[in-house]
Amino acid sequence: MTETFRGLWVVAYRDLLTFIGDRFRLLASLAFPLLFLAIFGGGFSEVIGRMAGGVGLLQFMYPGIIAQMVLTTSLFGGVSVVTDRETGFLREILVAPISRAGIVLGKVVGAAVVALLQVLALLGLAPIVGVPLDVELVVRLLPVVVLLSVALSGLGILIASFAPSQQGFQLLMQMLVFPMIFLAGVFFPVDRVPLWMEILSKLNPVTYGVDAVRQVFLGSGPAAAGLGVTVLGHTMTLVEEVALIGALGLVLVAAAVRSFGRQA
Amino acid sequence: MGWGEDAGGAARIDAMVQVDELTRRFGSLEAVRGVTFRVAPGEIFGFLGPNGAGKTTTINILCTLLRPTSGVATINGFDVVRQPSQVRRSIGLVFQQSTLDETLSAEQNLRLHAHAYGVPSATRERRIDELLTLVELRDRRKGSVRTFSGGMKRRLEIARGLLHHPRVLFLDEPTLGLDPQTRRRVWEYLAELRGREPLTIFLTTHYLDEADQCDRIAIIDHGRIVALDTPDGLKRGVGGDLITVSTADGLAAVDEIRQRYGVAPVVSDGTISFQVPAGETFLPDFVRSFSQPLEAISLRRPTLDDVFVQLTGREIRDDPPGVMAADRRAAA
Repeated sequence: MTETFRGLWVVAYRDLLTFIGDRFRLLASLAFPLLFLAIFGGGFSEVIGRMAGGVGLLQFMYPGIIAQMVLTTSLFGGVSVVTDRETGFLREILVAPISRAGIVLGKVVGAAVVALLQVLALLGLAPIVGVPLDVELVVRLLPVVVLLSVALSGLGILIASFAPSQQGFQLLMQMLVFPMIFLAGVFFPVDRVPLWMEILSKLNPVTYGVDAVRQVFLGSGPAAAGLGVTVLGHTMTLVEEVALIGALGLVLVAAAVRSFGRQA
Repeated sequence: MGWGEDAGGAARIDAMVQVDELTRRFGSLEAVRGVTFRVAPGEIFGFLGPNGAGKTTTINILCTLLRPTSGVATINGFDVVRQPSQVRRSIGLVFQQSTLDETLSAEQNLRLHAHAYGVPSATRERRIDELLTLVELRDRRKGSVRTFSGGMKRRLEIARGLLHHPRVLFLDEPTLGLDPQTRRRVWEYLAELRGREPLTIFLTTHYLDEADQCDRIAIIDHGRIVALDTPDGLKRGVGGDLITVSTADGLAAVDEIRQRYGVAPVVSDGTISFQVPAGETFLPDFVRSFSQPLEAISLRRPTLDDVFVQLTGREIRDDPPGVMAADRRAAA
């Protein structure tokens, strides 16, 4: 057990050191969400006006953008497994007296902490977007963000443990990330789209993460008014969505531990 | 298990590294074929062989990165398959390719290693300082590894490999790709270290001068150990010193050498060469009594290269590309 804990600590600590040391990555990770908010939010809010439940487009999109950033950061967290293999640093980790499970858990925790830091930075924009913030909201938001990040970094590492090269991993990720973001209800409610899109969106687990974050911000009112996610006539509640993401996270991280242990 | 307990627990063992009938197959390729040897505590033990001979595969098994197909290996008394964790605490590693995190500083790399091996915080900083001083990187400790030269990186890796007080330091081609001056410095550090700490060094190399510095050498070829002895012992096995002479009348000279000394000289490019057991006492006598006028004469002691050629029938630098690819896969 100590070998798992020590592994978790060393790997997470190192990923954080790398993240903090890389100022460009720090800025770049915030650039996309800002761009999305400014262009989509700014460009469409006049046209669209108020949505169901009296919610403005920016207020609708803002939680989605937070979830989207968590998704990108967490999924791409797996890339460090691939780059470490290419630069050779992975061998230093693999011959250390720490367990394989500890290494994977460290990567997951490292990605979650980075995602949390980014979310905190993005929360600074809330007043500009017109979203009221209070302590209770933030306290409720953080566990949701952590769960979502754990699940998605589990997926990222799972894929990374198979990826032959960094280029391969990046390509695969691009193919995954964009559909996952666009079909997750970040920019529009998934209950109000063509049927094929609705089906794909509701099969996309990220949809429930986005909606969970949104329900934390906007409460369950707008969800009930048609901005939420309805599965087989039932509108998903926050608790159900969090449970779903948690279960998914458990499965994905377990699979990543298994796969990494075998590949490495 | 706490740090340090296990490293000291197995202090009174005869062999620091003990390998019996070790075999490793990759599909149909047998990279290591029944290798057996012992390394005594405090010894510098060298694995000499061309690329693809099975050196890296053997090291990977010994450092628990690869499971053997069959056979047994123990390090510091711990089995590499059943007790990988104790083995890992007992060994330090310097690989052929750098395994540093180049985005971090020298100091950060060492600190991460200390955390990974559970080096107690009370001694950590002192140990880091001591090793950075040894490899002359103390004033560059805050520097990003990305800006380091190849030699500096290798030195940092040696420092890192020693941080947790390993019993055995594995060096896989430790000076590959370094310039001669840096290579010499690396050896100076190793010599200094050995004077300070009870350290066993296990290295692989295909540099003959490097192998010459080992206490004992195993020559490995096609996955098998073909000879194992001290460098001098191996050279003696070749059959003595090589005398080369040039004379005006080659045929007459060959006849005289054959009759008088009972050896079979080899003629090539107009020179005659033959082997005698002790060249330095043979030479004065030969010059005095030889009847043919001599144009030139030379004496050469056998090198490890001669040993290698005699044992395997080829020079050590022969690198059949197919085998190299197999070893690279084995190393991955």
